[in-house]
Amino acid sequence: MSAHSTSERPQPLIVGAGPAGIRAAQALVAAGLRPLVVDEAPACGGQIYRQRLVPDGRSSRDLYGSEAAKAEALHRDFAALDGKLDYWPQALLWNLRDGRADIMVAGTSRQVAHDGLILATGATDRTLPIPGWTLPGVFTLGGAQIALKSQGCAIGSRIVFLGSGPLLYLVAWQYMKAGANVAAVLDTAPFAAKFNLLRGLPLFPAIVLRGMRMTAELKLAGIALHYGVGDVRIKGSDKVDAVAWRKDGLEHRLACDGIGYGLALRSETQLADLAGCRFAFNQRDRALLPKHDAAGRTSVPGVYLAGDGAGIAGADAAERAGERAALALLQDRGLPHDPTRAATLEAELARIGRFRDVLEAAFPFPAHWVKNTADATTLCRCEEITAGEVRAAISRFGVHELNRLKAVSRVGMGRCQGRVCGAAAAELLAHETNRGVEAVGRLRSQAPVKPVPLTLALAAQREAAE
Amino acid sequence: MPLLHRLVRADHPSIPFTLDGTPCEARAGDTVLTAILTQADRLRLSEFTASPRAGFCQMGACQDCWVVLESGERLRACSTALSPGMRILTRRARVA
Repeated sequence: MSAHSTSERPQPLIVGAGPAGIRAAQALVAAGLRPLVVDEAPACGGQIYRQRLVPDGRSSRDLYGSEAAKAEALHRDFAALDGKLDYWPQALLWNLRDGRADIMVAGTSRQVAHDGLILATGATDRTLPIPGWTLPGVFTLGGAQIALKSQGCAIGSRIVFLGSGPLLYLVAWQYMKAGANVAAVLDTAPFAAKFNLLRGLPLFPAIVLRGMRMTAELKLAGIALHYGVGDVRIKGSDKVDAVAWRKDGLEHRLACDGIGYGLALRSETQLADLAGCRFAFNQRDRALLPKHDAAGRTSVPGVYLAGDGAGIAGADAAERAGERAALALLQDRGLPHDPTRAATLEAELARIGRFRDVLEAAFPFPAHWVKNTADATTLCRCEEITAGEVRAAISRFGVHELNRLKAVSRVGMGRCQGRVCGAAAAELLAHETNRGVEAVGRLRSQAPVKPVPLTLALAAQREAAE
Repeated sequence: MPLLHRLVRADHPSIPFTLDGTPCEARAGDTVLTAILTQADRLRLSEFTASPRAGFCQMGACQDCWVVLESGERLRACSTALSPGMRILTRRARVA
C-alpha cells in the first residue's frame, strides 16, 4: 500500500493508547497506514501501564512489578511509531457523529473524519454504594493504584483495601512493597471461592502462582486478610476514620484513614454507543456491552472494539485484541493481512476468556448487596441521590427501565453519566422489580461523554451545522 | 491532616500555589489532586449537601474532583498537572 493512496481517504482513528490501542496502532502502521491515536492521558500506557509525569527514582520493576517487561515493551514500541502516525495525547474524543469525531485538544475542539474506528477505551472500577463511600479518603482500587504508581503517594497512613477482584490483592501487595501501612484486606467473597483458582492452573499457572505468592507475602507481612465480609460501612464525619463490617453474624471494626475499594472492573462503552453499535448482555460482566465478533468487529461496519472496553479481559488480552482488531480493519479494507496471525490471536484470546471465567468465580461480584443497601446510602455520587430515593421513584412511577429511572430520579444524570452508579442502579432496579439485571436496559450515552466547556460544544455544533 | 502521603519525589523542585488563599508548596510532577491532598483533606464540597469530597477514581472517569480557581476556571484535579502560581479554591460549595 503506497502512502499516496492512503492519504486520499481519511485516517483510521484509534481511541485510547493503552495496551489495546498501542498494538492496534502498531499493526496498522506495519501495514502502511497512518492512524490517528487519541488519548486522554499525557503519555501512553493506559491505566495499567500508566507513566509518571516526571521521573522519580523508581524503576519499571518498582512501578509495574512482574509486568515491567510488558510495560517497557509497550512504551518503547509506541515511541518507535513516532513519525509514522499522528498522536494526540491529552485529547478527549467527546462525540461521534456521521463518520466524524469531535475531539477536544489543547483547549479547542477539532472535527476529524475517520475511515475505520478502533475503540480501545478501557475500563474503570465497578462499585456498589456503601455507607460512607463518598467520604474523603475513600478511593477506588484503580485510583489507589494510580496514586501510588503515577504520583508516588499512599492514600493514607493506615490503609484498608476492600472489595473483590484480582486488583484487590495486587494493589494491597503493591502498597505493602512500597512501604505503606496496609491494615487489612477485606474480601467480599468467601475464602472457599478462591479454590476456583485451581481450575485456572492448567490455563495460566504463572498467573495463579503469582497471585498465591502475593497473598502469602501479605500474610507473612502480618496483614490481616478477612474473607466473606458483608454489610460494610465506612465511618467518619469529614473523612474516613474506620471501616465496619459483619462476618458470620459478628460485628467487626477497624480504624483506618484510607480505603481502596472496588468490585472488579466495568467497561467504558459510551463511544461505542454513540457510534451506533448494538449491545448485548454479557453474563460474566453482568452488563450490556457492545456486541463484537472474535476479531472485534461491531454491528457497525468499520467500527472495531479492543481491550477492556469490549468486556473485561485484562491487559494481556487487550494487547492481542488490539492487534486482532487492526488485522480485521485491514482485511475489511481489502489490504494484505496475516490470517495465521489472526487465528493465533483469537486462540489466545479464547484461552484468556476461559481464565476470566475462573477469575469471576474466584472473585465474584456481590450483586446481592443491593437488596440490603440502606435507604440513606448515597447511590448516585454526582446528583447525591440515595438508594431510598431511587426505590421510591421505582415504586411511585412503576419504573422498569433504566433510562426511565434516570428521567424520574436523576440517577446517572450527573457529570459522570452513570459511570460510577450505573451498575448499582441497574442491580437495584432489577432487584426491586424482581427481574434479572439483563432485563432493565442500560443508560444511553450522550455527548459530550465527559464534561467539556459549553462554548466548545456550541462551537462544534455550529461547525457541524455549516 | 492531609489525605495523601508522599513516598517519593519529596526532594523534587518545589512548585508554589495557593489553597483558599494560603500559600502552599507542591512538588514537580504533581497533579492538582496530589498537590491539594498532600496539604488538605478535601478538594471541594458537594453541590447539593455541601459534603466534603476528595475524588474517587483518579483516572478522569468519576468527575468527583473538579475544583475551581480564583479566576473562575474549573478543572479536573486528577488529570491536570499543577502549574506554578495556581490559585485554587476548595471552600466554595457550588462550583460555578
